[in-house]
Amino acid sequence: MKSLTDRKKSVSKRELTFAEKAYLPAVLKGMSITLKHLFKKEATVRYPEETRERAEVYRGMHVLKRDEEGRENCTACGLCAVACPAEAITIDAAERQPGEEHLYREEKYASKYEINMLRCIYCGLCEEACPKDAVYLTDRIVPTEYSRGKFIYGKDILVEGVKPEERIDISQRKKDYKMDVKD
Amino acid sequence: MDYIVILDKTILIVAIFIVSLAVAAYATFGERKVAAWLQDRVGPNRAGPFGLLQPVADGVKMFMKEEIIPNAANKKLFIIAPAIFMVTALMSSAIIPWGKPFEIGDRQFHLLVADLNIGMLFVFAMVALGSYGIMIGGWASNSKFSLMGALRSSSQMISYELPLGMSIVALILFAGTLNLTEIVEMQKYGNWNVFYQPLGFIIFLVCVFAECGRAPFDMPESESELVGGFHTEYSSMKLGLFLFAEYIHMFISSAILATLFFGGYHFPGIDSLDLAPNIAALVSIVVLFSKIFFFIFLFMWVRWTLPRFRFDQVMNLGWNVLIPLSLLNILATAAYVTFF
Repeated sequence: MKSLTDRKKSVSKRELTFAEKAYLPAVLKGMSITLKHLFKKEATVRYPEETRERAEVYRGMHVLKRDEEGRENCTACGLCAVACPAEAITIDAAERQPGEEHLYREEKYASKYEINMLRCIYCGLCEEACPKDAVYLTDRIVPTEYSRGKFIYGKDILVEGVKPEERIDISQRKKDYKMDVKD
Repeated sequence: MDYIVILDKTILIVAIFIVSLAVAAYATFGERKVAAWLQDRVGPNRAGPFGLLQPVADGVKMFMKEEIIPNAANKKLFIIAPAIFMVTALMSSAIIPWGKPFEIGDRQFHLLVADLNIGMLFVFAMVALGSYGIMIGGWASNSKFSLMGALRSSSQMISYELPLGMSIVALILFAGTLNLTEIVEMQKYGNWNVFYQPLGFIIFLVCVFAECGRAPFDMPESESELVGGFHTEYSSMKLGLFLFAEYIHMFISSAILATLFFGGYHFPGIDSLDLAPNIAALVSIVVLFSKIFFFIFLFMWVRWTLPRFRFDQVMNLGWNVLIPLSLLNILATAAYVTFF
C-alpha cells in the first residue's frame, strides 16, 4: 500500500553503536541545534505594546453605526437576531417620538440592543443580514472581564460616537471581496 | 598577625560573599533569559529595563510567601538544612584565586581568602558536605517525594564524586601540586591544562554537572516525577535558599573549572602587554569572570538542550563509564609523568 506521507520511518531494536553509547556526539549535535535558535528572531508578540497583524477582514467586536448626521442606523428589524446562529443578539424595539429625529434615522429604533460576547461566534452573519448598514464587525478585540455579566454588551458600548474622531472605520468590511472559486 | 591582613581578608570575604550572591541572583535571571532565547522567546522583560530587576522581584516574592513547616517534619533539621546547603556552597569560594595581587604601597594583596596548600582537597570536602544539606532536608521533611529525591541525590553524588576526584588526581599528577594558585600560575602562557588533560576535563565537567544537580543530571529535583524532589515540602525563603544555593554551586563550579583547566585569571599574552600591577590585577579579574560566565552559560545551554537521564542510566554512566575512564586517565598520566 502506498503511504499517505513520506514521513514514515522503519524502526529496529538494534544495539546502540559506540558513538551513540558515548552520548557526546549526540549531545554536541543537540547543543548546536539549540545554539542556532539562540540567534533566531523570537516569535513573541509583546502584546499590550504591539498587536499581531490581523487580516483586513478580521471579525472582532461589533459596532452599531450612525449615519453622517449622527443618527443611529438601526431600525430594530431583528434580522440580525434571526440570522445569529448563536442567538447572541437581543433587541427591543421602540417608536421614535417627535423631537428625536436627530437621534434615530427612521421611525423605529432599538431601545435595547444587546450582544452576549460570550455566545457570539464572530461569524459575521448579523452584518450580512443587516439591510440598514447598522451592524458591523470591526478589528477591535473584546477585552477580558472579571464576570460573565460584563460580557453582555449594550448600546452604551456598541454604538459608535457622534464626533468624527469617535467614529469607527468600517471601510475595510464594506469592500467587495470576491472569493476565488474554481469550477 | 598584623591587623592589615585581617582587614584585607575581611574585605575580601565580604566582597566574595556579595559577588557570589549577586552573580547567583543574576544567574537565575540569566537562566530564564537563556532558556527563552534558546526557545525563540523573549524571557522576563517586565520588571525594570530589560527585566533587570527580575531577581529583586523574585526575592521579594519568596520573602512574602507563607512559611510552612509540615507537622511531621523534624523541625530543627528542617530549618537547618537550607542553611547547611547554602554555607557549603559558599565555602569553596575561599580557596579560589580571583586575580593577580594588587599592590598598594610596598604590600601585595592576594585576591584569595586562604592560600591552602591542599586547596583541591578542601574543594572536595566542601562538595561532599554539600550533599548533606540535600540529604538532611529531604529526610527531615518526612515526605516520600523528598526522601526519594534525597536518596537519589546522595547516591548520585557519591557515585560521581569518585570520577570527579580521580579526574583531579590525574591533573594533580600532571601539575605536581594541590595548591590552586600554583596550578593557575603553571598555565600562564596559554598552556591550559585542558590541552594536556582533555579526557580529564570532560570527566570533570560531566561530574560537576552531576554534583551541581543540574540537567541532564537533575535527579534530586526531577520536578516531573518527584514534584520537587528534596525541596517538595519547603516554602518561602527556605525554598529560595535551596534554589539560590544551586546557582551559587554553579558559580563556584564554573570558577573551579576555569581555574583548573582554563588558566584561571590568565589569558595568553597577558604578560606581553606590560600593564601596571594594579591594572593587570583588574584585567585578570575580568578575564576570570568572563571565563566563569562562559561556563555558567554552558551549564544553562546544556540544561535547555538535554532531557533528564533515567536514574539507572545515571548510575550506569557513573560506575561503568566514567570511573573506568578516569582510572585509565590516571594510568596514562602517570605513565607520561614517569617516562617523559
